[in-house]
Amino acid sequence: MPVIMENCCGLCTQSQSSPCPRAVECLTDGPLCHTDGSCARKRETWKNTVNRKDTRTPVIFIGAGTCGLGAGASATMVAIREFLAARSLNCTMVEVGCIGLCAVEPIVDIELPGRPRVSFREVTHDRVGVLLESMLVRGEAPAEMALCQFPGSGEPWSGIPLFDEHPFFAPQTRWVLENCGIMDPVSLDEYMVAGGYRAFSTALRTLTPEQVCSTVEESGLRGRGGGGFPTGKKWRFALNTPSGSKYVICNADEGDPGAFMDRAVIEGDPHRLIEGIAIAAYAIGANNAYIYIRAEYPLAIRRLKVALDQAEKNGLLGTNIFDSGFDLNIMIKMGAGAFVCGEETALIQSIEGHRGMPSPKPPFPAISGLFGKPTVINNVETLANVPGIIRSGADWFRSRGTPNSPGTKVFALSGKISNTGLIEVAMGTSLDEILFGMGGGIPNGRAFKAVQIGGPSGGCIPAGHTDLLIDYESLGAFGAMMGSGGLVVMDEDTCMVDVAKFFMDFIQRESCGKCIPCREGTRRMLEILRAITRGYRDETPEQSLERFRGIVNLERLGQVIKKTSLCGLGQTAPNPVLSTLRWFKDEYEAHIFERRCPAGVCTGLLTYSIDEDKCRGCTLCARKCPSNAIKGARKSPHYIVAQECIGCGACLEVCPFGAVKVQ
Amino acid sequence: MKITLNGKTIEAREGETILSAARRMGLDIPTLCHMEGLPPTGTCRVCVVEDRKTGRLIPSCSFPVSDGMDIATHSNQAVAARKTIIELLLASHPDDCLYCPGNGTCVLQRYAQELGVRQRSYSGARNRINLDVSSPSIIRDPEKCILCGRCVRVCSEVQGVSAIDFTGRGSTAQIGCAFNEGLNVSSCVNCGQCVMVCPTGALTERRDVDRVLKALDDPAMTVVVQHAPAVSVTLAEEFGIKPGSDIVDRMNAAFRRMGFDKVFPTSFSADLTVMEEAHELVQRVRKGGPFPMFTSCSPGWIKYLEEFYPQMLGNASTCKSPQQMMGAVIKRLWAPASGLDPKTVYSVSVMPCTAKKFEASRPEMGDGAPDVDAVITTRELAEMIRMFGIDISSLEGEAADSPFGERSSAGKLFGASGGVMEAAARTAYHMLTGENLKDMRIEAVRGLEDVKETTLTIAGIELKLAVVSGLGNAGRLLRDIIEGRRTYHFVEVMTCPGGCINGGGQPFLTDPERVRARMLSLYEIDRNASLRVAHENSSIAALYRDHLGEPGSKKAHHILHTTYSPREVLK
Repeated sequence: MPVIMENCCGLCTQSQSSPCPRAVECLTDGPLCHTDGSCARKRETWKNTVNRKDTRTPVIFIGAGTCGLGAGASATMVAIREFLAARSLNCTMVEVGCIGLCAVEPIVDIELPGRPRVSFREVTHDRVGVLLESMLVRGEAPAEMALCQFPGSGEPWSGIPLFDEHPFFAPQTRWVLENCGIMDPVSLDEYMVAGGYRAFSTALRTLTPEQVCSTVEESGLRGRGGGGFPTGKKWRFALNTPSGSKYVICNADEGDPGAFMDRAVIEGDPHRLIEGIAIAAYAIGANNAYIYIRAEYPLAIRRLKVALDQAEKNGLLGTNIFDSGFDLNIMIKMGAGAFVCGEETALIQSIEGHRGMPSPKPPFPAISGLFGKPTVINNVETLANVPGIIRSGADWFRSRGTPNSPGTKVFALSGKISNTGLIEVAMGTSLDEILFGMGGGIPNGRAFKAVQIGGPSGGCIPAGHTDLLIDYESLGAFGAMMGSGGLVVMDEDTCMVDVAKFFMDFIQRESCGKCIPCREGTRRMLEILRAITRGYRDETPEQSLERFRGIVNLERLGQVIKKTSLCGLGQTAPNPVLSTLRWFKDEYEAHIFERRCPAGVCTGLLTYSIDEDKCRGCTLCARKCPSNAIKGARKSPHYIVAQECIGCGACLEVCPFGAVKVQ
Repeated sequence: MKITLNGKTIEAREGETILSAARRMGLDIPTLCHMEGLPPTGTCRVCVVEDRKTGRLIPSCSFPVSDGMDIATHSNQAVAARKTIIELLLASHPDDCLYCPGNGTCVLQRYAQELGVRQRSYSGARNRINLDVSSPSIIRDPEKCILCGRCVRVCSEVQGVSAIDFTGRGSTAQIGCAFNEGLNVSSCVNCGQCVMVCPTGALTERRDVDRVLKALDDPAMTVVVQHAPAVSVTLAEEFGIKPGSDIVDRMNAAFRRMGFDKVFPTSFSADLTVMEEAHELVQRVRKGGPFPMFTSCSPGWIKYLEEFYPQMLGNASTCKSPQQMMGAVIKRLWAPASGLDPKTVYSVSVMPCTAKKFEASRPEMGDGAPDVDAVITTRELAEMIRMFGIDISSLEGEAADSPFGERSSAGKLFGASGGVMEAAARTAYHMLTGENLKDMRIEAVRGLEDVKETTLTIAGIELKLAVVSGLGNAGRLLRDIIEGRRTYHFVEVMTCPGGCINGGGQPFLTDPERVRARMLSLYEIDRNASLRVAHENSSIAALYRDHLGEPGSKKAHHILHTTYSPREVLK
């Protein structure tokens, strides 16, 4: 399989020990050092094979990212194989990553020889037969199952929108996700044919580390992990700190609930990340890099390992890469799934073998990081942007986005939204376009209430403000933050106090326990939220008093945690509460003063009663009631004793006549 | 560079923290986690101060000064935040100050008082965690722990033992041993340095006062007490007397007021240790090893060696520590000679140390029954003196009892790092040359440095000596020795940095100045003493004449020496 180190003919003299500086370019555009028709033809043939241009058999692409597999892609693959075996059909099957529209997984693409590749939605195992029968046997693309077709050679399929015209894909600017769901993620060949590792090779041959830093600085690329710190500036700090050894760390410890951008990039295009890391390492003079990835991403880790192995075997990593004198070794370090380990100083502690607890900054990692050496820590999406910037230049990168936030951002849409999945849009795209354009709006005709952006550290943006243009500054000004790019959408059935409680629960469990405000404060905030959503039935007078005192303290506590916590996790921990408190004070007040949950979510605050007219006295509810709160004689209307009701809702579930009312 | 602190411009040093600059100008910023001499961890956040240019709160313990900085250490915002943090700690803290061993010395209690916490602002669930009473030396009460991490750091960064660490996450985080086991099966060496740095009552010594009181109250019991060399120069601090004052005579009187029947200084058995240890060293010099010989008076060090470097156990001197020598002499020689049944003798020792409690409980340290029945710390002694209503400053001094009341000042030097070396060298010199050293003082092994080295030429033999205190330093030295980077003939190791004067049983919140005062006091005792070498102690000579024969004799070995065995860590 080695592609780069292979000699095309006797004239090519490169070997593992003396690699050719222009091996990457020579492979795709060569031969560069000699002119030989047959060598050029060899390359054409290779490219056609890699691109499956020469194949006479159909190619079936299966979206086998974690989302696809979760939706049943494994069963789909089995069904496809069985179908092919039963019909004695010969097809090439390729597992690809996620194209982004997770809502309609499993996605299966089929490319018939000479026709454009078509993408089909929701190809669960039971729909495989219908699809393949139509495509492979009859040569007809079932339009009702189709998602879109990709531009390509041959006659387009009728009735199927083009990828560029599909409402989900058309508004996107897919730079980072360019290859995701399209390309075989574990094929170095495919990545190379598409221009992969050109940027790294260019940097090694033609740019000094200082120039690489400058280019990235000029591009205006900012950290996509949440902070938005200028990447080039960070690199320059590390470059200018003299040290015998330096490190690059790729932060792939994606832990926000509702965020899965990094996973998709690694599963769908691991070589892009490796190339980005390699360029970063060259830029600061690091010979060792770590990818810190959570162990809960087994598929991403597996693909990353394969890709790293390919890169090493082909001289893209290792010693004296392309005769440049630059050495790089990339190691994978698996995290055990602590949210706080996404914080860079805690991450460093974890790699060093210590308990993942943050340490004070300054000193910043770029000055003194891993093992006390200058260390650049960038997240996956940031690094995945780098090859494009080096290849196409800072101006190209600035051609999209806003002046202060150039480029694109990947967002993960989840929650109460039709098109859950991943999108990549230019910075400055409006929330409206994201949610109601690409996102397809709220399902089931419900009304949009708010969107939580930036995970547990972020804030919510309520309905009426979705004209907000998304970039670092405008989100900051709005009191929210970019975060890693998770967008959790909430509709009218969502209780905002409950949402705040959910995030607070997450945060207080994931706090490392080191600094007092975060450890003790988040715990008290959660208790206060629990108290206001708790039913008064099981509340003692002391608890009622505590509840009121808690409410008085909630905001003050949030401010102290924000201002005094040690790390970013603690400093942003109160955000979900503070932001819901700001926009949905009325909901809090309903919970606190009226003891009512407007969305009907907080079960403790629900009151149940029986409609006398509808009740037929069947006694079913009385028998199911776990607290014997329902009284009444057989065949006469029952009633609920409020003091004894625990609000579990069992009566509502079992009543065959719809007589139980909830308020 | 210049910074402004509370409106006053002061000169600050490049690289120092705001806290250090503030303390230099006499401003105290409260902190619960800061440890002088160790890198900041920024754990407690109590030391936050306001950056007046940005309005942000920054931790003064870890934030370096920069030119032109304008800091308000006690702005409204900073003080309010501090108060909230203390209130949050109190919300999950047991409300039992009156029953707490930390009552009066607790830093959390003091800050709550100083910041004006007068009511419970936050309440809610508390963690319920059992006491760890498994250790013979140290009691852990995780419910009182505020997770400042000082104990963890002293255990790993100063002592190199790492018996305890943070476990769990979020609000259920706690400090514990590996696998949530008790301290007794951990690598804990019982040094008590964690107790010394704990700002609350979460870590305390195991209190043995009640056992002593019971024995004192028993008319059938002859209660004998020995007191370690470092105690008499420290006890004064508990009663507000100037640090470094030696109150040994008044302490003797206090013992008698409380009902102890005999009072013997452990310095006497330190002299005995010197005789045995110097003899052992001379034997090794004559036989050619094994070198280096390590001292064995510090029980924390011995356990450390058993756990982490069992291959070096053959290098440790086989001498028991002075405490155990005294214990064995009292029960096995003195009691029968005085017509007492050893079973009716209750042997108490007062030590600056928590590991001595463990040492006394070692099975080999007794002859059926333990040689030392109860070990109390300097702190516990002070508690007893207060309990008995004794005004120590108005007492008339009294001498110790015979036959073990006489001691050389060499035995007294045992209390400071380097003292054992100095005492043993004086006697070894005499054993090899028949003469005393011209200048008794061996300056090179004195002082509070981590590692001290010197070469002593005795009868033409060059002896390379080293003195190390603090187990972290000892571990580094040991690795150097094992890997051949350093060679010595004789090495003194003290578990606690600076030696027993900074032991884990000493008064709380010991600072370097106090430790220095205690050390200088021991040196002054030595300077003014007429009896400065163990081998001239006539009571020691009498003990050998009447009971033991000569140093290294079979009987001496039986009573005064011991054996060591490897220990598995975490077992």
